[in-house]
Amino acid sequence: MDALIAKLKTQIIEQLNLEGVSPDDISPDDSLFGEGLGLDSIDALELIVLLEKNYGLKIENPADGKKIFATIRTIAEYITAHGKA
Amino acid sequence: MSERIVITGLGIISAIGDNVQQNLASLRAKRSGIGQIKYLETIHKGNLPIAEVKHTDEELLQIAGLAEDTGYTRTALLGMIAAKEAFDNSGAKKGDGIRTALISATTVGGMGSTEKFYLDYINPEKTGDFVKYIDSHDCGDSAEKIADNLGIKDFITSINTACSSSANALMLGARLIKHGIVDRVVAGGVDGLTKFTINGFNTLMILDKEYCKPFDKNRTGLTLGEGSGFVVLESLEAAQKAGKQIYCELKGYANTCDAYHQTASSPEGTGAFLSMSSALALSGLKIEDIDYVNVHGTATQINDLSEGNAMMKFFGNNVPKFSSTKGYTGHTLGAAGGIEAVFSALSIHNNTIFPNLNFKDKMDEFDLVPVTDVLENAGVKNVLSNSFGFGGNNTSLIFSKA
Amino acid sequence: MKAYIRGIGQISPQQTFDKDDFLDTVVGYNTNMLFCIDPVYKEFINPLQLRRMSRTLRMGVTAAKICLTDSGIEMPDAVITGTGFGCIEDTEKFLLAMLNNNEQQLTPTAFMQSTHNTISGQVAIMLKCKEYNSTYVNRGFSFETALLDSLMLIAEGNAHKILLGGFDENSVNLHVTTERLGHWKKEKINSLQLLESKTSGTISGEGATFFMLTDKEDANNYALLKGLSTLYKPENEKEVEQHTIDFLKRNNLSVADIDLVVYGLNGDVRTDGVYYHLRDTMFNQTAGAYFKHLCGDYYTSSAFALWLSANVIKKQDVPEVVRLGKAPLGAVKNILIVNHYRDINYSFMLVSQC
Repeated sequence: MDALIAKLKTQIIEQLNLEGVSPDDISPDDSLFGEGLGLDSIDALELIVLLEKNYGLKIENPADGKKIFATIRTIAEYITAHGKA
Repeated sequence: MSERIVITGLGIISAIGDNVQQNLASLRAKRSGIGQIKYLETIHKGNLPIAEVKHTDEELLQIAGLAEDTGYTRTALLGMIAAKEAFDNSGAKKGDGIRTALISATTVGGMGSTEKFYLDYINPEKTGDFVKYIDSHDCGDSAEKIADNLGIKDFITSINTACSSSANALMLGARLIKHGIVDRVVAGGVDGLTKFTINGFNTLMILDKEYCKPFDKNRTGLTLGEGSGFVVLESLEAAQKAGKQIYCELKGYANTCDAYHQTASSPEGTGAFLSMSSALALSGLKIEDIDYVNVHGTATQINDLSEGNAMMKFFGNNVPKFSSTKGYTGHTLGAAGGIEAVFSALSIHNNTIFPNLNFKDKMDEFDLVPVTDVLENAGVKNVLSNSFGFGGNNTSLIFSKA
Repeated sequence: MKAYIRGIGQISPQQTFDKDDFLDTVVGYNTNMLFCIDPVYKEFINPLQLRRMSRTLRMGVTAAKICLTDSGIEMPDAVITGTGFGCIEDTEKFLLAMLNNNEQQLTPTAFMQSTHNTISGQVAIMLKCKEYNSTYVNRGFSFETALLDSLMLIAEGNAHKILLGGFDENSVNLHVTTERLGHWKKEKINSLQLLESKTSGTISGEGATFFMLTDKEDANNYALLKGLSTLYKPENEKEVEQHTIDFLKRNNLSVADIDLVVYGLNGDVRTDGVYYHLRDTMFNQTAGAYFKHLCGDYYTSSAFALWLSANVIKKQDVPEVVRLGKAPLGAVKNILIVNHYRDINYSFMLVSQC
């Protein structure tokens, strides 16, 4: 799980072009949207593609993203439960 | 500045017909133009329905009366066909000495050709016939080809405010006449379907895998369409003097910005409320004078919620009859405002309201039910037409019986 | 129809983002392909927004911000822009990803920012400006229509301060593609020697220029924009000359009233003739200036010419690097800008002292 979390952090920083953010700046339980990292609905769509590209996971309904993308840890848990990481 | 502006010509090509007559017949027969992809080459063939104009580019070239493809994109051809119909319909003649403007709106321009040959374009080693399309990529290309085809020289421009583009073309046209810059305007919009557009909207996850269901509780997104709609605008005085047929008056217009998000409308529909109120104020009409609203109604979650809320706020509990005609034509993006202006004019001219196809259940958020059947003798005197776009661009037009 | 220019912000291949540097520093290029000199964007845009922004978005939004600050006006009554090509980088990015990945695994950011109205929309969002907002996209008439729309809005009395922008972005792929059409010079030249080459083609360029137009007199105004006209595909030089005469007449000016003519000369021997015709027939006693050696040629380069003219009027200084010929030059009260894009889209602007 920790390895996956570390990998996810790097991938998210790259995909969302989070200039000046380092993996250490994000705690696995920080909320990614709203008050936390400040991501928005477009970032959620970018994350859907990230999961598809890197983990072969397809999220059909963007509304499902809300729960899955709450924190880095929830994403990692989702991948562990459904994916072939 | 107090001049009244009227519509004296209509032209259209869409998924439900190649001209005004065919479109009107389809509207009355509740015949949708949406279907599986046939003409566009894309991997989404078979999976995503769209509303294509039922012709190949070669056939469009013929309909446009052109002998040879010297670099005509699908967008340019569709625009030339619709604008020519409107121009002829108004009784205009090439070189008749009336100061005329051409205002065309498009969002993709010549992308349909660019995406076919782009990898060749950027490889200097490659050469071939494709070179003729390079200069037709930008949005101005189709406007200039339409203008050249009609012999229009006095004023030419193109607008791209995404999906509100061609409503803005009509608005600018009316203002140009009021300012005395020209005496006649051919205004509207055009967009051909492209892989670029389909894939773009697909990444936003707002395309319905079935036919779009505007204002339905179970709507899951929009259906893309293509086509072109143009009108001819003149002053009422000039039109009457020349004994022109008058379809309706363009009585009100307003352009505002939601200033909320690049692609999403604000849930409460601030920009939409502002554009409807400002257009009404300019028209001098009372709110209860509006008989019918041709809504933007794309069938995305957010548009219909936002637009519905804005209508509730604007009309209170007396929302007039309304429908989205996108179940017929799909969302034609830069052409939508032009196509829906033609439909609004036809509504007034024929005293008929065209229905909102594919509607079943009303949304939970409000008690709004669109018109679902063709209503003849509907008492249509004043129509409000909404067009909203990316970037928060909101435009409302009001058409009235002249 | 007229409007005062209250503020300006410009990012260009020159040091123009610094308003105190009125072409004191001049940069020449040897590539036939000019790109803007970037200010430090972080000083203008917060990092969360910046991370998504393509070059042209950064340029456009920053130029708009510089203009707002310069004008001292926080909230305009309208945002109107003109651009020929729109957001090229995002368009190319999405297009290439789509073609190279066979329409799969595409992400939305580049697509949603590829539309031509992205900058006017972003500026409106940034300012929470819910007023009139439009974008014109017709080649060499793009900026001109945006300007005309602004003048009409002011004349209609509903808008008193308008944020007007013109922008276009260059790219290597765009340059390579349009090179096939003979737009650019085959031989490499130094941009500052643009008019000496005497060959066909010009150099490609880019820029983002924003103006704050107002209907109010103010000591801080740069200049008065008092006339605008466009001409489409003129038959010959005579038609351009007649159009110029009529344009001046409509604005109650004679040739003698014009102190400086800013020509859109781009060094292309095929299409520069019309400018020299005007100079030799109408303006042989009038001082001249040119500017495309500084910014390259692009659809909305007339915005650069307007920036130049407004500054000349305000500072009463015509930098040596833009002077064309040696005609004597006194006080500059009236400037005529004549520009055309590839002999298709002609525009004429009158810029005067307030």
